[in-house]
Amino acid sequence: MAETLASKIWKSHVVTEVEEGVDLLYIDMHLLNEVSCPQAFTGLDEKGRKVRRPRQSLGTIDHNNPTSLRTEEADPLSIVQAGTMVDNCRKQDIACYPAGHALQGIVHVIGPEQGLTLPGTTIVCGDSHTSTHGAFGTIAFGIGTSEVEHVLATQCLISRRPRQIRVTMDGTLPPGVTAKDAILGLIQQNGVAAGAGSVVEYAGSTIRAMSMEARMTVCNMSIEWGARMGLIAPDDTTLEYVKGRPYAPKGAAWDEAVAAWRQLRTDDGATFDEEIFVDATRLEPYVTWGTNPAQSVPVTGRVPEPANPEAERALRYMDLTPGTAMQDIEIDRVFIGSCTNSRLEDLIAAARIVEGRRVSPGVRALVVPGSMAVKAAAERIGLDKIFEAAGFEWRLSGCSMCMGLNPDSLGTNERCASTSNRNFENRQGPGGRTHLVSPIMAAAAALHGHFVDVRTLA
Amino acid sequence: MTPRKTLSGRAAVLLQGDIDTDAILPKQFLRRIDREGFGELLFFEWRKDPAFVLNQPAAQGARILITGANFGCGSSREHAVWALRGCGFEAVIAPSFGDIFASNASKNGLMLVAVPDATVQALARRVEANPALEITVDVERCEVRAEGVSEKFALPNRVRRLFLEGLDEIGLTLADDALITAYEQRRPGWMPSIPKR
Repeated sequence: MAETLASKIWKSHVVTEVEEGVDLLYIDMHLLNEVSCPQAFTGLDEKGRKVRRPRQSLGTIDHNNPTSLRTEEADPLSIVQAGTMVDNCRKQDIACYPAGHALQGIVHVIGPEQGLTLPGTTIVCGDSHTSTHGAFGTIAFGIGTSEVEHVLATQCLISRRPRQIRVTMDGTLPPGVTAKDAILGLIQQNGVAAGAGSVVEYAGSTIRAMSMEARMTVCNMSIEWGARMGLIAPDDTTLEYVKGRPYAPKGAAWDEAVAAWRQLRTDDGATFDEEIFVDATRLEPYVTWGTNPAQSVPVTGRVPEPANPEAERALRYMDLTPGTAMQDIEIDRVFIGSCTNSRLEDLIAAARIVEGRRVSPGVRALVVPGSMAVKAAAERIGLDKIFEAAGFEWRLSGCSMCMGLNPDSLGTNERCASTSNRNFENRQGPGGRTHLVSPIMAAAAALHGHFVDVRTLA
Repeated sequence: MTPRKTLSGRAAVLLQGDIDTDAILPKQFLRRIDREGFGELLFFEWRKDPAFVLNQPAAQGARILITGANFGCGSSREHAVWALRGCGFEAVIAPSFGDIFASNASKNGLMLVAVPDATVQALARRVEANPALEITVDVERCEVRAEGVSEKFALPNRVRRLFLEGLDEIGLTLADDALITAYEQRRPGWMPSIPKR
């Protein structure tokens, strides 16, 4: 019988069926960050339970570490939380990359980078953007702290079989339109809850033409339209990315893995609960105007008339008037970073816009690489010099101003062009106003002090 | 978790769609390493507004929250559930919920009641007319009741049992150790792992 990619991977991980539609699912790799796991380790300790498979877990500190070199910026609670993480991992024999480690970084950047994110596997993490790893043909989803504890103790999770959606995106993305715009456009068309309860397989010629880093950007924001997981069938692009990474299989194991991965695709004739089609040639660079990721318009557009009370509230919070041209909106801050857009290609693309130019007076702009390895790779090709010469701050890696859990946050009423994934009220700092854009749109906004259509820049 | 067959009490009404977990429990409180003390931080930013519903005398002591669709979307932070529980809420009634939030709720004794928008609106109108209105969530019968309203809601059997029997879910899975071990023995050799240093 014709099967979907998601069903093939899911079924190969079922330990047993718990009840109709709910399985005990085996977890191949468990990623941990300092924010969502301390209470899980405490729970284990209270019951005298051990971590079942420490070699299948990796911890890192990414959310609240300062990204400046001014370590005195770390607040006491963050220091305790980071120390707790390191202690818990040591006690339970789990590898951990703390701040300052050469392999430290945002958990969704380092998994793929280290070759731990492999096709045909299952990955969970106490972070909603775990959907990122689906770009490799991986069943990957975010979980809460109680489930983190469950995985630590059992290497399994009780999980409902998801609804299945396929998004087929065809056509070539126009110049200046990026993977970030593809996912923002999709979310704008479908709303923030359309993917609820679902695994979304992204397919079509647009996706096939994307690099792994672009695919990760698409899958990363699956959660922003409510989906539990994003998924892309592995192909030559995937294999080329994975091959030779530190933890990727080697030798005979590699050949065996590739043989298995070649089977990982949706069979012809397999059916989905829902199919969505996107014409990529009609996509544009998007800018959000509201307080959820579906509230966006093309950069050439205007702030819309509010269609419902939620949109009215969003416009009040964002201090925007309907009819205002998006390109007339002035910004105070620019953030290039986050698990959505902090990888080397993102930084290269932004640097091309920035090179030889200056950040607009009055704008404070940050570049926060997704991992220390991304930072090192960027520095090898001189990106740090390009950004710094233009007036950007070049930082250590971490989640940083995506959520401002570390000292990088927006002040009240500050307006930010951000390459992150959520424009929720108060997300980047109490009273802060977030506009989600692609890395090149953020770079262009930094230079001009307001949003500009990156397609018009020479 | 303490077994519970029914939950009942007064309700607070916050009819707004797509309330995310950043709003329910803002990020600045995620640096804590315990599960306690989040109740007073529930809707921390919104509570700065004296007109906010949870600041009204009628909402004090409410044990049920009536709210809009897609409640709890966004971040996976279980802290949002701990904040609702810490503030005394035992159930949330809404047309739909964020997936991870729903999973987190089921592990912490927060009953999520997904009913059609019309039922949510009807309950909200009754509470606004009579803030002392008692609402009952009957877990055993999967039914929400108040004067003039009675509606069944869908509840996965497993979640229902977690409430009714107060089960230790991890303990149950550990009892399947032989099945898990058998699964592990048939995993291919190329699966990811981090060798011991």
